[in-house]
Amino acid sequence: MTAMIDIADAKKTFTMHLQGGIELPVVSGVTFQVNPGECVVLSGPSGAGKSSILKMIFGNYRCDSGRIGIRHRGALIDLAAAEPRQVLNVRRSTIGYVSQFLRAVPRVATIDVVAEPLIAGGMARADARARAGELLHRLNIPERLWQLPPATFSGGEQQRVNIARGFISDLPILLLDEPTASLDAANRTVVVALVAEKKRQGVAMVAIVHDDEIRHLIADRIVDVTSFAAAA
Amino acid sequence: MADPDMRENDEPLLVATSLSKSFGRIAACRDVSFALYPGEVLAIVGESGSGKSTLLQLLSGQLAASGGHVSYRMRDGVARDLATLGEAERRFLFRTDWGFVHQDPAQGLRMAVSAGANVGERLMAVGWNHYGRIRDTASDWLTRVEIDVARIDDAPRTYSGGMRQRLQIARNLVTEPRLVFMDEPTGGLDVSVQARLLDLLRSLVAELHLAVIIVTHDLAVARLLSHRVMVMKGGRVIETGLTDQVLDDPREPYTQLLVSSILPP
Repeated sequence: MTAMIDIADAKKTFTMHLQGGIELPVVSGVTFQVNPGECVVLSGPSGAGKSSILKMIFGNYRCDSGRIGIRHRGALIDLAAAEPRQVLNVRRSTIGYVSQFLRAVPRVATIDVVAEPLIAGGMARADARARAGELLHRLNIPERLWQLPPATFSGGEQQRVNIARGFISDLPILLLDEPTASLDAANRTVVVALVAEKKRQGVAMVAIVHDDEIRHLIADRIVDVTSFAAAA
Repeated sequence: MADPDMRENDEPLLVATSLSKSFGRIAACRDVSFALYPGEVLAIVGESGSGKSTLLQLLSGQLAASGGHVSYRMRDGVARDLATLGEAERRFLFRTDWGFVHQDPAQGLRMAVSAGANVGERLMAVGWNHYGRIRDTASDWLTRVEIDVARIDDAPRTYSGGMRQRLQIARNLVTEPRLVFMDEPTGGLDVSVQARLLDLLRSLVAELHLAVIIVTHDLAVARLLSHRVMVMKGGRVIETGLTDQVLDDPREPYTQLLVSSILPP
Protein backbone atom coordinates (compact mmCIF):
# COMPACT_ATOMS: atom_id res chain seq x y z
CA MET A 1 0.00 0.00 0.00
CA THR A 2 1.24 3.49 -0.73
CA ALA A 3 1.72 5.51 2.44
CA MET A 4 0.09 8.94 2.67
CA ILE A 5 2.60 10.10 5.27
CA ASP A 6 6.18 8.86 5.24
CA ILE A 7 8.40 10.47 7.86
CA ALA A 8 12.07 9.54 7.97
CA ASP A 9 14.57 10.55 10.64
CA ALA A 10 13.00 13.95 11.32
CA LYS A 11 14.60 16.08 13.98
CA LYS A 12 13.52 19.25 15.77
CA THR A 13 15.39 21.43 18.22
CA PHE A 14 14.44 24.85 19.53
CA THR A 15 17.21 27.37 20.02
CA MET A 16 16.11 29.94 22.60
CA HIS A 17 18.13 32.99 21.71
CA LEU A 18 16.52 35.11 24.40
CA GLN A 19 17.60 32.60 27.06
CA GLY A 20 21.26 32.71 26.21
CA GLY A 21 20.96 30.42 23.21
CA ILE A 22 19.82 27.34 25.14
CA GLU A 23 19.22 24.38 22.85
CA LEU A 24 15.97 22.62 23.61
CA PRO A 25 15.92 19.23 21.89
CA VAL A 26 12.35 18.21 21.04
CA VAL A 27 12.48 15.01 18.99
CA SER A 28 14.94 13.20 16.78
CA GLY A 29 14.88 10.11 14.58
CA VAL A 30 11.13 10.43 14.04
CA THR A 31 10.28 7.67 11.57
CA PHE A 32 6.85 6.22 10.80
CA GLN A 33 4.32 5.85 8.02
CA VAL A 34 0.57 6.25 7.82
CA ASN A 35 -1.53 4.48 5.21
CA PRO A 36 -4.86 5.55 3.74
CA GLY A 37 -7.77 4.70 6.01
CA GLU A 38 -5.50 4.29 9.01
CA CYS A 39 -5.49 6.22 12.28
CA VAL A 40 -2.15 6.34 14.06
CA VAL A 41 -2.26 7.60 17.63
CA LEU A 42 0.86 9.16 19.11
CA SER A 43 1.44 8.18 22.72
CA GLY A 44 3.79 9.42 25.39
CA PRO A 45 3.73 11.73 28.39
CA SER A 46 3.19 15.48 28.20
CA GLY A 47 6.26 17.19 26.81
CA ALA A 48 7.40 14.14 24.83
CA GLY A 49 6.89 16.06 21.59
CA LYS A 50 3.57 14.72 20.30
CA SER A 51 2.13 18.11 19.34
CA SER A 52 5.48 19.14 17.87
CA ILE A 53 5.40 16.12 15.56
CA LEU A 54 1.89 17.05 14.38
CA LYS A 55 3.09 20.60 13.72
CA MET A 56 6.06 19.27 11.78
CA ILE A 57 3.72 17.18 9.60
CA PHE A 58 1.56 20.26 8.99
CA GLY A 59 4.60 22.36 8.05
CA ASN A 60 3.99 24.68 10.98
CA TYR A 61 7.28 23.78 12.68
CA ARG A 62 10.38 23.54 10.56
CA CYS A 63 12.61 20.45 10.82
CA ASP A 64 16.36 20.61 11.44
CA SER A 65 16.85 17.50 9.32
CA GLY A 66 15.01 14.49 7.98
CA ARG A 67 12.07 14.13 5.66
CA ILE A 68 8.33 14.74 6.01
CA GLY A 69 7.01 12.86 3.01
CA ILE A 70 3.43 13.71 2.08
CA ARG A 71 1.49 12.18 -0.80
CA HIS A 72 0.03 15.26 -2.48
CA ARG A 73 -1.98 14.89 -5.68
CA GLY A 74 -0.41 11.52 -6.39
CA ALA A 75 3.23 12.48 -5.86
CA LEU A 76 5.35 12.30 -2.72
CA ILE A 77 6.71 15.68 -1.70
CA ASP A 78 9.02 16.51 1.18
CA LEU A 79 7.27 19.13 3.26
CA ALA A 80 10.44 19.75 5.28
CA ALA A 81 12.08 21.16 2.15
CA ALA A 82 9.01 22.65 0.42
CA GLU A 83 8.56 26.28 -0.59
CA PRO A 84 5.90 28.26 1.32
CA ARG A 85 3.56 28.17 -1.68
CA GLN A 86 3.85 24.39 -1.87
CA VAL A 87 3.08 24.07 1.82
CA LEU A 88 -0.04 26.21 1.31
CA ASN A 89 -1.10 24.06 -1.63
CA VAL A 90 -0.62 20.91 0.44
CA ARG A 91 -2.72 22.41 3.24
CA ARG A 92 -5.44 23.43 0.85
CA SER A 93 -5.86 20.12 -0.90
CA THR A 94 -4.18 17.45 1.21
CA ILE A 95 -3.70 18.04 4.96
CA GLY A 96 -6.27 19.22 7.47
CA TYR A 97 -5.38 20.03 11.05
CA VAL A 98 -7.64 20.20 14.08
CA SER A 99 -5.67 22.16 16.62
CA GLN A 100 -6.19 21.96 20.36
CA PHE A 101 -7.76 25.40 20.50
CA LEU A 102 -9.87 27.35 18.08
CA ARG A 103 -8.09 30.34 16.64
CA ALA A 104 -10.92 32.21 15.02
CA VAL A 105 -10.99 35.63 13.46
CA PRO A 106 -12.95 38.13 15.56
CA ARG A 107 -16.42 39.02 14.27
CA VAL A 108 -16.79 36.04 11.90
CA ALA A 109 -19.97 34.01 12.46
CA THR A 110 -19.59 30.41 13.61
CA ILE A 111 -21.24 29.04 10.48
CA ASP A 112 -18.73 30.92 8.32
CA VAL A 113 -15.77 29.84 10.47
CA VAL A 114 -16.80 26.25 9.74
CA ALA A 115 -17.65 26.79 6.06
CA GLU A 116 -14.47 28.73 5.26
CA PRO A 117 -12.24 25.79 4.21
CA LEU A 118 -14.84 24.73 1.64
CA ILE A 119 -15.27 28.27 0.29
CA ALA A 120 -11.49 28.60 0.04
CA GLY A 121 -11.55 25.36 -1.93
CA GLY A 122 -13.98 26.89 -4.40
CA MET A 123 -17.39 25.71 -3.18
CA ALA A 124 -20.35 28.13 -3.46
CA ARG A 125 -21.06 29.92 -0.17
CA ALA A 126 -24.62 28.58 0.16
CA ASP A 127 -23.56 24.96 -0.34
CA ALA A 128 -20.63 25.35 2.03
CA ARG A 129 -22.89 26.84 4.69
CA ALA A 130 -25.38 24.04 4.27
CA ARG A 131 -22.67 21.47 4.94
CA ALA A 132 -21.35 23.49 7.85
CA GLY A 133 -24.86 23.54 9.31
CA GLU A 134 -25.18 19.74 9.06
CA LEU A 135 -21.91 19.24 10.87
CA LEU A 136 -22.69 21.81 13.59
CA HIS A 137 -26.03 20.13 14.07
CA ARG A 138 -24.37 16.73 14.46
CA LEU A 139 -21.97 18.18 17.00
CA ASN A 140 -24.90 19.57 19.01
CA ILE A 141 -24.21 23.27 18.47
CA PRO A 142 -27.70 24.82 18.61
CA GLU A 143 -28.74 26.73 15.51
CA ARG A 144 -29.31 29.94 17.47
CA LEU A 145 -25.53 30.16 17.97
CA TRP A 146 -24.55 29.74 14.33
CA GLN A 147 -24.67 33.44 13.49
CA LEU A 148 -22.55 34.43 16.50
CA PRO A 149 -18.75 34.51 16.52
CA PRO A 150 -17.44 31.60 18.62
CA ALA A 151 -15.25 33.83 20.83
CA THR A 152 -17.80 33.89 23.66
CA PHE A 153 -18.63 30.16 23.53
CA SER A 154 -17.65 27.69 26.24
CA GLY A 155 -14.45 25.65 25.85
CA GLY A 156 -16.38 22.57 24.76
CA GLU A 157 -18.44 24.52 22.22
CA GLN A 158 -15.34 26.14 20.73
CA GLN A 159 -13.72 22.73 20.50
CA ARG A 160 -16.73 21.39 18.59
CA VAL A 161 -16.68 24.36 16.20
CA ASN A 162 -13.01 23.61 15.67
CA ILE A 163 -13.76 19.95 14.97
CA ALA A 164 -16.50 20.87 12.51
CA ARG A 165 -14.10 23.19 10.70
CA GLY A 166 -11.45 20.46 10.60
CA PHE A 167 -13.73 17.65 9.46
CA ILE A 168 -15.73 19.57 6.85
CA SER A 169 -13.27 19.21 3.98
CA ASP A 170 -12.62 16.02 2.09
CA LEU A 171 -8.86 16.02 2.56
CA PRO A 172 -6.87 12.77 2.38
CA ILE A 173 -4.84 13.51 5.56
CA LEU A 174 -6.16 14.75 8.89
CA LEU A 175 -4.15 15.63 12.00
CA LEU A 176 -6.01 15.70 15.31
CA ASP A 177 -4.56 17.28 18.44
CA GLU A 178 -6.68 16.25 21.43
CA PRO A 179 -10.00 16.52 19.59
CA THR A 180 -12.06 15.19 22.51
CA ALA A 181 -10.27 16.86 25.43
CA SER A 182 -13.06 19.15 26.60
CA LEU A 183 -16.08 17.24 25.32
CA ASP A 184 -18.81 15.42 27.19
CA ALA A 185 -19.56 11.73 26.57
CA ALA A 186 -22.24 12.35 23.94
CA ASN A 187 -20.01 14.60 21.87
CA ARG A 188 -17.01 12.28 22.24
CA THR A 189 -19.17 9.59 20.66
CA VAL A 190 -19.93 11.92 17.74
CA VAL A 191 -16.21 12.51 17.20
CA VAL A 192 -15.49 8.77 17.28
CA ALA A 193 -18.16 8.29 14.60
CA LEU A 194 -16.72 11.11 12.48
CA VAL A 195 -13.25 9.52 12.68
CA ALA A 196 -14.70 6.14 11.65
CA GLU A 197 -16.36 7.79 8.62
CA LYS A 198 -13.09 9.40 7.59
CA LYS A 199 -11.38 6.00 7.82
CA ARG A 200 -13.97 4.47 5.52
CA GLN A 201 -13.28 7.29 3.06
CA GLY A 202 -9.60 6.31 3.10
CA VAL A 203 -8.36 9.32 5.07
CA ALA A 204 -4.98 8.87 6.78
CA MET A 205 -5.02 10.29 10.31
CA VAL A 206 -2.52 11.04 13.05
CA ALA A 207 -4.06 11.82 16.41
CA ILE A 208 -3.13 12.73 19.96
CA VAL A 209 -5.67 11.43 22.45
CA HIS A 210 -5.15 11.13 26.17
CA ASP A 211 -8.44 9.41 26.94
CA ASP A 212 -7.72 5.63 26.96
CA GLU A 213 -11.23 4.71 25.97
CA ILE A 214 -11.27 7.01 22.93
CA ARG A 215 -7.78 5.94 21.96
CA HIS A 216 -8.91 2.32 22.01
CA LEU A 217 -11.88 3.19 19.81
CA ILE A 218 -10.02 5.12 17.10
CA ALA A 219 -6.42 3.82 17.01
CA ASP A 220 -5.36 1.30 14.40
CA ARG A 221 -1.79 1.56 15.57
CA ILE A 222 0.06 3.35 18.34
CA VAL A 223 3.39 5.08 17.82
CA ASP A 224 5.28 5.64 21.05
CA VAL A 225 6.87 9.08 20.90
CA THR A 226 9.26 8.40 23.81
CA SER A 227 11.32 6.34 21.35
CA PHE A 228 11.99 9.63 19.52
CA ALA A 229 13.20 11.39 22.65
CA ALA A 230 15.96 13.73 21.58
CA ALA A 231 19.31 13.20 23.25
CA ALA A 232 19.88 16.31 25.37
CA MET B 1 -6.62 33.30 6.33
CA ALA B 2 -8.02 31.66 3.22
CA ASP B 3 -5.41 30.15 1.02
CA PRO B 4 -4.85 31.79 -2.32
CA ASP B 5 -5.86 29.93 -5.41
CA MET B 6 -2.34 29.03 -6.44
CA ARG B 7 -1.67 26.85 -9.37
CA GLU B 8 1.63 25.13 -8.93
CA ASN B 9 3.09 26.42 -12.18
CA ASP B 10 1.84 29.98 -11.87
CA GLU B 11 4.13 32.79 -12.87
CA PRO B 12 5.06 35.45 -10.34
CA LEU B 13 3.38 38.84 -10.55
CA LEU B 14 6.28 40.79 -9.10
CA VAL B 15 9.92 39.81 -8.72
CA ALA B 16 12.45 41.80 -6.69
CA THR B 17 16.10 41.02 -7.33
CA SER B 18 18.91 42.20 -5.03
CA LEU B 19 17.14 45.47 -4.23
CA SER B 20 19.25 47.99 -2.35
CA LYS B 21 18.86 51.62 -1.41
CA SER B 22 21.30 53.94 0.31
CA PHE B 23 20.73 57.45 1.58
CA GLY B 24 24.25 58.81 1.64
CA ARG B 25 26.18 56.44 3.87
CA ILE B 26 23.07 54.88 5.36
CA ALA B 27 21.94 51.62 3.76
CA ALA B 28 18.17 51.64 4.23
CA CYS B 29 17.60 48.48 2.27
CA ARG B 30 20.16 45.80 1.42
CA ASP B 31 20.00 42.98 -1.09
CA VAL B 32 16.31 42.08 -0.91
CA SER B 33 15.05 39.40 -3.29
CA PHE B 34 11.69 37.63 -3.46
CA ALA B 35 8.86 36.69 -5.80
CA LEU B 36 5.19 37.49 -5.23
CA TYR B 37 2.50 35.38 -6.87
CA PRO B 38 -1.06 36.33 -7.83
CA GLY B 39 -3.39 36.16 -4.83
CA GLU B 40 -0.52 36.02 -2.37
CA VAL B 41 -0.35 38.27 0.70
CA LEU B 42 3.17 39.10 1.87
CA ALA B 43 3.73 40.95 5.14
CA ILE B 44 6.90 42.91 5.75
CA VAL B 45 7.42 43.23 9.49
CA GLY B 46 10.05 44.93 11.61
CA GLU B 47 10.39 47.88 13.93
CA SER B 48 10.61 51.55 12.92
CA GLY B 49 13.76 52.21 10.94
CA SER B 50 14.16 48.60 9.80
CA GLY B 51 13.77 49.68 6.17
CA LYS B 52 10.32 48.27 5.54
CA SER B 53 8.73 51.49 4.28
CA THR B 54 11.74 52.20 2.06
CA LEU B 55 11.35 48.72 0.60
CA LEU B 56 7.66 49.37 -0.09
CA GLN B 57 8.55 52.55 -1.95
CA LEU B 58 11.18 50.74 -4.01
CA LEU B 59 8.74 47.96 -4.87
CA SER B 60 6.06 50.40 -5.97
CA GLY B 61 8.49 52.39 -8.09
CA GLN B 62 8.12 55.55 -6.02
CA LEU B 63 11.79 55.53 -5.14
CA ALA B 64 14.66 54.64 -7.45
CA ALA B 65 16.84 51.76 -6.23
CA SER B 66 20.60 52.15 -5.75
CA GLY B 67 21.01 48.56 -6.89
CA GLY B 68 18.93 45.66 -8.15
CA HIS B 69 15.56 45.80 -9.88
CA VAL B 70 11.86 45.06 -9.70
CA SER B 71 9.96 43.42 -12.52
CA TYR B 72 6.18 43.35 -12.79
CA ARG B 73 4.07 41.17 -15.03
CA MET B 74 1.69 43.52 -16.84
CA ARG B 75 -1.87 42.57 -17.78
CA ASP B 76 -0.65 41.46 -21.21
CA GLY B 77 1.50 38.82 -19.46
CA VAL B 78 4.83 40.51 -20.23
CA ALA B 79 7.19 41.12 -17.30
CA ARG B 80 8.65 44.64 -17.37
CA ASP B 81 11.44 46.20 -15.35
CA LEU B 82 9.86 49.08 -13.39
CA ALA B 83 12.89 51.29 -13.95
CA THR B 84 12.34 51.16 -17.72
CA LEU B 85 8.70 52.27 -17.55
CA GLY B 86 7.97 55.80 -18.63
CA GLU B 87 6.34 58.20 -16.18
CA ALA B 88 2.99 57.91 -17.99
CA GLU B 89 3.09 54.11 -17.93
CA ARG B 90 3.95 54.10 -14.26
CA ARG B 91 1.11 56.48 -13.46
CA PHE B 92 -1.25 54.33 -15.47
CA LEU B 93 -0.21 51.26 -13.46
CA PHE B 94 -0.94 53.16 -10.27
CA ARG B 95 -4.39 54.16 -11.47
CA THR B 96 -5.41 50.74 -12.72
CA ASP B 97 -3.54 47.57 -11.83
CA TRP B 98 -2.09 48.77 -8.52
CA GLY B 99 -3.49 50.23 -5.36
CA PHE B 100 -1.70 51.94 -2.52
CA VAL B 101 -3.32 52.18 0.90
CA HIS B 102 -1.54 54.73 3.08
CA GLN B 103 -1.52 54.71 6.85
CA ASP B 104 -2.93 58.24 6.81
CA PRO B 105 -6.08 58.29 4.66
CA ALA B 106 -5.52 62.01 3.98
CA GLN B 107 -2.55 60.98 1.84
CA GLY B 108 -4.62 58.64 -0.30
CA LEU B 109 -7.85 60.64 -0.50
CA ARG B 110 -8.90 64.08 -1.60
CA MET B 111 -10.30 65.32 1.66
CA ALA B 112 -12.39 68.18 0.31
CA VAL B 113 -14.30 66.42 -2.47
CA SER B 114 -17.18 64.01 -1.94
CA ALA B 115 -16.73 60.32 -1.14
CA GLY B 116 -18.46 59.45 -4.40
CA ALA B 117 -16.02 61.59 -6.35
CA ASN B 118 -13.07 60.04 -4.52
CA VAL B 119 -14.11 56.62 -5.75
CA GLY B 120 -15.36 57.80 -9.14
CA GLU B 121 -12.15 59.65 -9.92
CA ARG B 122 -10.21 56.38 -10.34
CA LEU B 123 -12.86 55.17 -12.78
CA MET B 124 -12.76 58.38 -14.81
CA ALA B 125 -8.98 58.07 -14.97
CA VAL B 126 -9.41 54.79 -16.81
CA GLY B 127 -11.92 56.24 -19.26
CA TRP B 128 -15.34 55.81 -17.63
CA ASN B 129 -17.50 58.76 -18.60
CA HIS B 130 -21.09 57.80 -17.88
CA TYR B 131 -22.06 59.73 -14.75
CA GLY B 132 -24.86 57.36 -13.71
CA ARG B 133 -22.71 54.27 -14.02
CA ILE B 134 -19.86 55.87 -12.14
CA ARG B 135 -22.20 56.87 -9.33
CA ASP B 136 -23.77 53.42 -9.19
CA THR B 137 -20.39 51.74 -9.02
CA ALA B 138 -19.22 54.19 -6.35
CA SER B 139 -22.37 53.49 -4.26
CA ASP B 140 -21.81 49.81 -4.70
CA TRP B 141 -18.26 50.12 -3.40
CA LEU B 142 -19.28 52.27 -0.44
CA THR B 143 -21.67 49.49 0.55
CA ARG B 144 -18.96 46.87 0.17
CA VAL B 145 -16.72 48.77 2.59
CA GLU B 146 -19.64 49.24 4.99
CA ILE B 147 -20.17 52.98 4.45
CA ASP B 148 -23.78 54.20 4.46
CA VAL B 149 -24.61 55.28 0.89
CA ALA B 150 -26.44 58.29 2.35
CA ARG B 151 -22.95 59.71 3.02
CA ILE B 152 -21.88 59.53 -0.65
CA ASP B 153 -22.02 63.30 -1.17
CA ASP B 154 -20.13 64.14 2.02
CA ALA B 155 -16.43 64.86 1.92
CA PRO B 156 -14.12 62.48 3.82
CA ARG B 157 -13.04 65.26 6.14
CA THR B 158 -16.47 64.80 7.76
CA TYR B 159 -15.79 61.05 8.19
CA SER B 160 -14.34 59.22 11.20
CA GLY B 161 -10.84 57.70 10.96
CA GLY B 162 -12.17 54.20 10.35
CA MET B 163 -14.57 55.40 7.63
CA ARG B 164 -11.81 57.34 5.92
CA GLN B 165 -9.65 54.24 5.84
CA ARG B 166 -12.50 52.17 4.39
CA LEU B 167 -13.12 54.86 1.79
CA GLN B 168 -9.45 54.81 0.83
CA ILE B 169 -9.74 51.07 0.33
CA ALA B 170 -12.83 51.47 -1.86
CA ARG B 171 -11.05 54.10 -3.95
CA ASN B 172 -8.15 51.71 -4.49
CA LEU B 173 -10.15 48.61 -5.28
CA VAL B 174 -12.73 50.10 -7.65
CA THR B 175 -10.48 49.58 -10.70
CA GLU B 176 -9.95 45.92 -9.76
CA PRO B 177 -6.19 46.08 -9.25
CA ARG B 178 -4.16 42.89 -9.12
CA LEU B 179 -1.63 44.20 -6.61
CA VAL B 180 -2.19 46.45 -3.61
CA PHE B 181 0.54 47.96 -1.45
CA MET B 182 -0.45 48.76 2.12
CA ASP B 183 1.58 50.80 4.55
CA GLU B 184 0.40 50.19 8.15
CA PRO B 185 -3.27 50.30 7.07
CA THR B 186 -4.58 49.78 10.61
CA GLY B 187 -2.09 52.07 12.34
CA GLY B 188 -3.62 54.93 14.27
CA LEU B 189 -7.09 53.35 14.54
CA ASP B 190 -8.89 52.30 17.72
CA VAL B 191 -8.68 48.58 18.44
CA SER B 192 -12.37 47.93 17.68
CA VAL B 193 -12.14 49.90 14.44
CA GLN B 194 -8.97 47.98 13.56
CA ALA B 195 -10.69 44.61 14.00
CA ARG B 196 -13.49 45.65 11.68
CA LEU B 197 -11.08 46.93 9.05
CA LEU B 198 -8.96 43.77 9.21
CA ASP B 199 -12.06 41.65 8.77
CA LEU B 200 -13.07 43.65 5.76
CA LEU B 201 -9.60 43.57 4.20
CA ARG B 202 -9.35 39.87 4.78
CA SER B 203 -12.57 39.06 2.95
CA LEU B 204 -11.95 41.52 0.10
CA VAL B 205 -8.44 40.16 -0.50
CA ALA B 206 -9.76 36.59 -0.72
CA GLU B 207 -12.79 37.47 -2.86
CA LEU B 208 -10.87 39.59 -5.35
CA HIS B 209 -7.84 37.26 -5.39
CA LEU B 210 -5.59 40.26 -4.70
CA ALA B 211 -1.85 40.11 -4.30
CA VAL B 212 -0.88 42.34 -1.39
CA ILE B 213 2.38 43.61 0.04
CA ILE B 214 1.62 44.95 3.48
CA VAL B 215 4.05 46.74 5.76
CA THR B 216 3.16 46.43 9.42
CA HIS B 217 4.84 46.41 12.79
CA ASP B 218 1.86 44.54 14.22
CA LEU B 219 2.42 40.78 14.12
CA ALA B 220 -1.26 40.14 14.81
CA VAL B 221 -2.09 41.95 11.56
CA ALA B 222 0.51 39.86 9.74
CA ARG B 223 -0.95 36.66 11.18
CA LEU B 224 -4.49 37.55 10.24
CA LEU B 225 -3.86 38.79 6.71
CA SER B 226 -0.69 37.29 5.26
CA HIS B 227 0.42 33.97 3.85
CA ARG B 228 4.08 34.75 4.07
CA VAL B 229 6.25 37.17 6.08
CA MET B 230 9.62 38.79 5.69
CA VAL B 231 11.22 40.04 8.90
CA MET B 232 13.45 43.08 8.37
CA LYS B 233 16.18 44.47 10.56
CA GLY B 234 18.78 47.05 9.67
CA GLY B 235 17.67 47.08 6.02
CA ARG B 236 18.07 43.34 5.58
CA VAL B 237 15.56 40.52 5.42
CA ILE B 238 16.72 38.35 8.32
CA GLU B 239 14.02 35.69 8.23
CA THR B 240 11.30 34.70 5.81
CA GLY B 241 8.76 31.91 5.47
CA LEU B 242 5.13 30.96 5.89
CA THR B 243 3.52 33.33 8.36
CA ASP B 244 2.55 30.66 10.89
CA GLN B 245 6.00 29.04 10.62
CA VAL B 246 7.83 32.24 11.32
CA LEU B 247 5.50 33.31 14.14
CA ASP B 248 5.16 29.89 15.82
CA ASP B 249 8.73 28.69 15.24
CA PRO B 250 10.89 31.81 14.91
CA ARG B 251 14.58 31.09 14.38
CA GLU B 252 16.42 34.38 14.45
CA PRO B 253 17.09 36.12 17.77
CA TYR B 254 15.37 39.29 16.59
CA THR B 255 12.27 37.42 15.37
CA GLN B 256 12.10 35.58 18.69
CA LEU B 257 12.24 38.92 20.45
CA LEU B 258 9.41 40.33 18.29
CA VAL B 259 7.23 37.26 18.81
CA SER B 260 7.88 37.11 22.55
CA SER B 261 6.82 40.73 22.89
CA ILE B 262 3.22 40.07 21.81
CA LEU B 263 0.67 39.95 24.57
CA PRO B 264 -1.27 36.68 24.55
CA PRO B 265 -4.79 37.08 23.11
